[in-house]
Amino acid sequence: MAVLYVDNQPHEIRPHEVGKNLLKVCLGLGFNIPYFCWHPAFQSVGACRQCAIKLFKDEHDTKGKIVMSCMVSAKDGMRISIDDPEAIEFRARVIEWLMLNHPHDCPVCDEGGECHLQDMTVMTGHTYRRNRFAKRSFRNQDMGPLVAHEMNRCIQCYRCARFYRHSAGGRDFGVMGWHDRVFFGRFEDGVLQSEFAGNLVEVCPTGVFTDKTQARHFTRKWDLQTAPSVCVHCGLGCNTIPGERYGSLRRIRNRYNHRVNGYFLCDRGRYGYEFVNSPHRIRQPLLRENQAALRPISAQAAITHLGNLLHSGRAIGIGSPRASLETNYALAKLVGAENFYHGMPTKHLRIVRAMLDVLKRGPAPSASLHDMEKCNTIFMMGEDIHNVGPLMVLSLRQAVLQKPIAEAAKLHISDFEDAVIREAIQQEKGPFFTGVPGFTKLDDQVTQAYRGAPHDIARLGFAVAHMIDPAAPAVEDLPVERVQFAQRIAKALQDKKPLIVAGYNCGSESIVRASANVAWALRKKGFAAHLAYTVPECNSMGTALMDGGEIDDAVQAIASNGIDTLIVAESNLYRQLSLSGFDTILRRIKHLVVLDCLPNETTAWAELVLPAATFAEGSGTLVNNECRAQRFYQVFSPAGDVRESWKWLSAAMVASGRAQSEPWPDLDAVLAALARDIPVFAKVPGITPPSSFRLMGMPVPRESHRFSGRTAIDADQTIHERPPEPDADTPLRHSMEGYPLQPPASLLGRYWAPGWNSDHALNKFQQEIDGPLREDAPGVRLVEPSGGQPSAEALNIEYLGLVPPAFQRRAEEWLVIPAYHIFGSDELSMHSPGIAELAAKPYLQLNQADADSLGATPGQLMTMTVESAVCTFPLKVGPGLPDGVVAIPFGLPGLPGVALPAWGKIRPAQPGEPTGVRQA
Amino acid sequence: MLSILRTIWRVFLHMFAHRPTVPYPEKQRVLPPRARGRIVLTRDPDGGERCVACYLCAAACPVDCIALQATQDETGRRYPEFFRINFSRCIFCGLCEEACPTYAIQLTPDYEMAECKRTSMVYEKEDLLIDGVGKHHQYNFYRVCGVAIGGKDKGQALEEQPPEDVKTLMP
Repeated sequence: MAVLYVDNQPHEIRPHEVGKNLLKVCLGLGFNIPYFCWHPAFQSVGACRQCAIKLFKDEHDTKGKIVMSCMVSAKDGMRISIDDPEAIEFRARVIEWLMLNHPHDCPVCDEGGECHLQDMTVMTGHTYRRNRFAKRSFRNQDMGPLVAHEMNRCIQCYRCARFYRHSAGGRDFGVMGWHDRVFFGRFEDGVLQSEFAGNLVEVCPTGVFTDKTQARHFTRKWDLQTAPSVCVHCGLGCNTIPGERYGSLRRIRNRYNHRVNGYFLCDRGRYGYEFVNSPHRIRQPLLRENQAALRPISAQAAITHLGNLLHSGRAIGIGSPRASLETNYALAKLVGAENFYHGMPTKHLRIVRAMLDVLKRGPAPSASLHDMEKCNTIFMMGEDIHNVGPLMVLSLRQAVLQKPIAEAAKLHISDFEDAVIREAIQQEKGPFFTGVPGFTKLDDQVTQAYRGAPHDIARLGFAVAHMIDPAAPAVEDLPVERVQFAQRIAKALQDKKPLIVAGYNCGSESIVRASANVAWALRKKGFAAHLAYTVPECNSMGTALMDGGEIDDAVQAIASNGIDTLIVAESNLYRQLSLSGFDTILRRIKHLVVLDCLPNETTAWAELVLPAATFAEGSGTLVNNECRAQRFYQVFSPAGDVRESWKWLSAAMVASGRAQSEPWPDLDAVLAALARDIPVFAKVPGITPPSSFRLMGMPVPRESHRFSGRTAIDADQTIHERPPEPDADTPLRHSMEGYPLQPPASLLGRYWAPGWNSDHALNKFQQEIDGPLREDAPGVRLVEPSGGQPSAEALNIEYLGLVPPAFQRRAEEWLVIPAYHIFGSDELSMHSPGIAELAAKPYLQLNQADADSLGATPGQLMTMTVESAVCTFPLKVGPGLPDGVVAIPFGLPGLPGVALPAWGKIRPAQPGEPTGVRQA
Repeated sequence: MLSILRTIWRVFLHMFAHRPTVPYPEKQRVLPPRARGRIVLTRDPDGGERCVACYLCAAACPVDCIALQATQDETGRRYPEFFRINFSRCIFCGLCEEACPTYAIQLTPDYEMAECKRTSMVYEKEDLLIDGVGKHHQYNFYRVCGVAIGGKDKGQALEEQPPEDVKTLMP
C-alpha cells in the first residue's frame, strides 16, 4: 500500500492509484475538492483552475506550492494540503471570477438544486458578488426538441465540447468566439445531430443544457420518487433512474453501472420515457362484446372472463421480448410450455438463438460495454451501431483509441492528461474494420470498410476466420481484393484484445456464425477475443433462453387446428408478423386476449385487453445483449387497474382453475418459481435482495429526505393523508421514511451526499472513482462459455459451417434489407413526443446507379412488393448501398414486420397510389 | 388577614391598569406588518405573477403543506400551474417566505382563517394570489435574472450587457 499525506495525515492508497491524478485519488479518499473541467470519463485538462491544492517537497517544506490537483500524479509518500489557507483563498478567488457573469437565474433554472456549480460555490464559500460591472449575455440557440440551451449560465469549463466532439463524435457542436465571449453551441440553430446530445444535460456542471422534455412538467430532484431501473428501448440494458411526481414520469437520468453504462445514456433511452405518460395509455380492462367497441370493465370481471376462456377451449400464448422474464414465464406456465411462442419475428428469434448457441459453446465470451472499451482491435460485421445499439458507439470510440494511447504512454504521458494525449496521438486510431451494407456514422473511425450485401459480409467473416485458422471452413470464389482485405483484417485481429461485433441489423444468421468462427479462431491462436452482439429488444436474450415456439409456428397452429384463445403478452403482433400471418390470426382466432400498456394494431382487434404496467410501474427482470440479468423496480404505483402482466396471469391461473391460490402473489414468488423451473435462471432471484430485506430494520425509501408537499399533494381530493402505496414486491417503499444512509448499489435510486446535490455525488458511492459502486451489484451474467475459458492447446473447436453463397443481384428483383433508426424503430419510444418529432419518415433507399436504372429521382414515390405487403414510399438515394439492394426503414409506426432480408419488386408508383402499406 | 387584604387591594388596582387583552371579536387589534398569518402570493410592480415555481418554499416547509407544479408560458416565463397550501397543516413559521427568492410568497397579519370544514382550509392558487406587491414594493425577479421572457429580451435585464456577437473577430 502506498501512502499519501493529506494535511499531515497519512492515507493509504491502492497501488494502482499511484500515478493517477491527485484530484481523483483525493475524491476517492472522501475529500471534498471543488472541480469543474475534470470528469472521470474524460480525464483532466487543467482548464478551470478550481481544484488547486498545495504540494510540499517533503516533510520539512513549510511553504509548498499551489498546483492543480487534477494535473499531478499521485506518488507514494507525497505530501499535499487541501486545507492550506493559501489554497483555500486561491480556490475562492477562482470561483469568484468564474461566477462574474453567472446570471441571477437559479429559481428558474432546471439545474437548480442539483447543480455542480451551486455545490462548488457553497463549498468554496463564495457568497457575494463584488464585481460592479454589468454581466455579459448571450443569445440561446434552438437545439431541437430534447435539449434546451441557456448560454448565459456558462462558466466555460469546456466539458460539453469535450464530450460532444471527443467522446460522442459529434461534429455540429463546438466552441465559438474568443476573449471573454466564448460560446458553446452550433454554428446556427438546429437539432443536435448526435444521438448522445442528451448527456450534455448531465455533463454540464451548471444549467446551460437542460432537459427540454422535463421542462414541460418540471420537478426538482428532491421531489422525485425514484427507483433503480433498466432502459427498455434497446438490447444493451443501460441502467437508469426514472423519476416520478404526481403520478407521471418526469425524467430519466443515468444510473452508474461500471460494467454496463458508465456515465452516459443515448437519447432514445433518456427521452423515450414519455410513452408512460401517454394520454392513450390503457388503464382499465377493456372487453368487446358482440363485435361492439371495447368497453371498460372491472378487473375482477376481466379475470373471470379470461378464466372462462381458458376453461372452455384450447389456448396458446405469445410472449414478448420487451416484457420481463417474469411475464414470459407466467404466460408459458398459464398456457403450458408446449403452447408458448416467442413474440418476436421468427428471423430475430433464430438470430438470437444462434448468438446464444455461440456464447454457450464458447470459448469466446460476450463483452460488456466496459470490456469493449478496453479492446484494441475491432472487426464489426453488418452493424449500423448508432441505430441498433447506440451506447456501444461510445465504447467502440474508446476502443479505437486504446492502441494510440498505449503508444502515447511510451512518451511518458500520464493516462489522465487528456489534452496532451490528444496532441500526441493526433488523428491516430487503432485498427477498426467493418463490413456493412451502407454508410454508417461510425465510418470516420474505421480503418477500412467493406460495403456489401449481408451474405457477402458473412463470407468476408468466414474468410477472415479461415485465414486465422485454416481449420475453419474456407470460402470459395472470393474476389482478389476481398481476399486481401480479409488478410489485412486477419493480421490485425491477432492482437492482445480483439473484439468481434455482430448482431441483428442485417437479419443474417450467417453473420453470427461467421463472427463465432473469427472469435473462436482467435481464441485458438491464444488471443483473448470477445464477442459483442446487438439484440433487437430489451429482453430478447432472456426470452430466447426460454423454451418456446417460433411465432410463425403459432400462426400455423392457429390456422390448422382449432385453437380458441390466443393470449398475447406485451407484443404487437402486427410488427412481428407478415401481413398475411397477422391476417390469418385475426380471421381464425375466436378469442384474442392482449396484455399491453398502449393501444396498437393488435389491441384494436382484441376481445379482452388487460392494462399492463410499463417499466416504471412494475418490477421485473431483463436480460441484456451480453446475457446480463438486471432487475428494474417499480418507481410509482400506477393509477387505474394497471399492474404487471405476470400479476394478471397469476390471477388467471386461479380463475381458470389451474391453481387453487395465486401461484405468484409477489415478485419473490415468481422469481423463485422461475429459478426452480428453468435452470439457466437459477441465479436470477439473487441479483437483488428479497422484499424482506431491511437495513437496521428499515426498508429503503423511494423518496428523498427532502421530498416536499406530503400533506398537500392530495389535499384537493381528500384532507386525509393517504398511507404510502403498499409494495410487497421489493425492499423499497413509496415513502420518504426508511433507511437514511447509503443502500446497497442494487437498491440505489438517487445520488446525494451532504454538500453534493448534483449527480457528482456519485463520487461518494463508488469504491474508487470510476470504479465499482459500494456493495456493487452489476447484475448476473447468465451465459458463460461452457468449460470456462480453456488454454489454447486444450481447445477443441468445432467451427460453424454453412458458408452462404455470394450475393447475386437479380434482374427484376431487389434484396430488401432493413434500415434501423434510433428514433423510429423502437415501438414504445415513438409514443414520446420528442422522439416522434425526430423520427425518420418511411422511405425506400437505393444507390444512385440503381435509382438511375429504374429511371427514378429522389423523392419520387416508388411501390415495392415484398412478400404479402405492398408499400409505397418516397425514394431516397443513398451512397454506400450495394447494387441490387434496397433498404427500407424497420419498425416505423404502421409498418408490418416483414421478415427481412427478402426479395421484392420495385416500380414507380402509379398516379394516385396512396403512400403507406397495404396487403397484396 | 393582612395578606388577604393586600391581595384584594392589588386586584382592585388592576381594574385601572392597562389591559393587554382586547374584547375580540368586537374590537380587533392592529398587528405589525411582520406578523405571520395567512399566506399570500404577490405580484410584481408590473402586475405579473411573482412566483416562478422554483419549489424552494415547498422544500423549506417543515410540515410539507405546500404543493405546486411549475409550467411556463410560450415566452419562457415560469409560473405555477397550481399552487396549493394546506392551511390545516400550516404552522405559520414563515420559512417559505424566507426561502422565496422572488418575494412572491409572503405571510400577512390576517389570522382569521377558522373554518368549519377542514377541506376549506386547502387554498389553491386563486385563493392565494393577490393583486398587490405586499411588503416589497420594487422587486421584479425577471428584471434581474438572465433569462429572456416576453417583453424582456437578452441583455435587457438590469446590469446586463447587450448580447455578444460570437462571430465577430473584434477584440
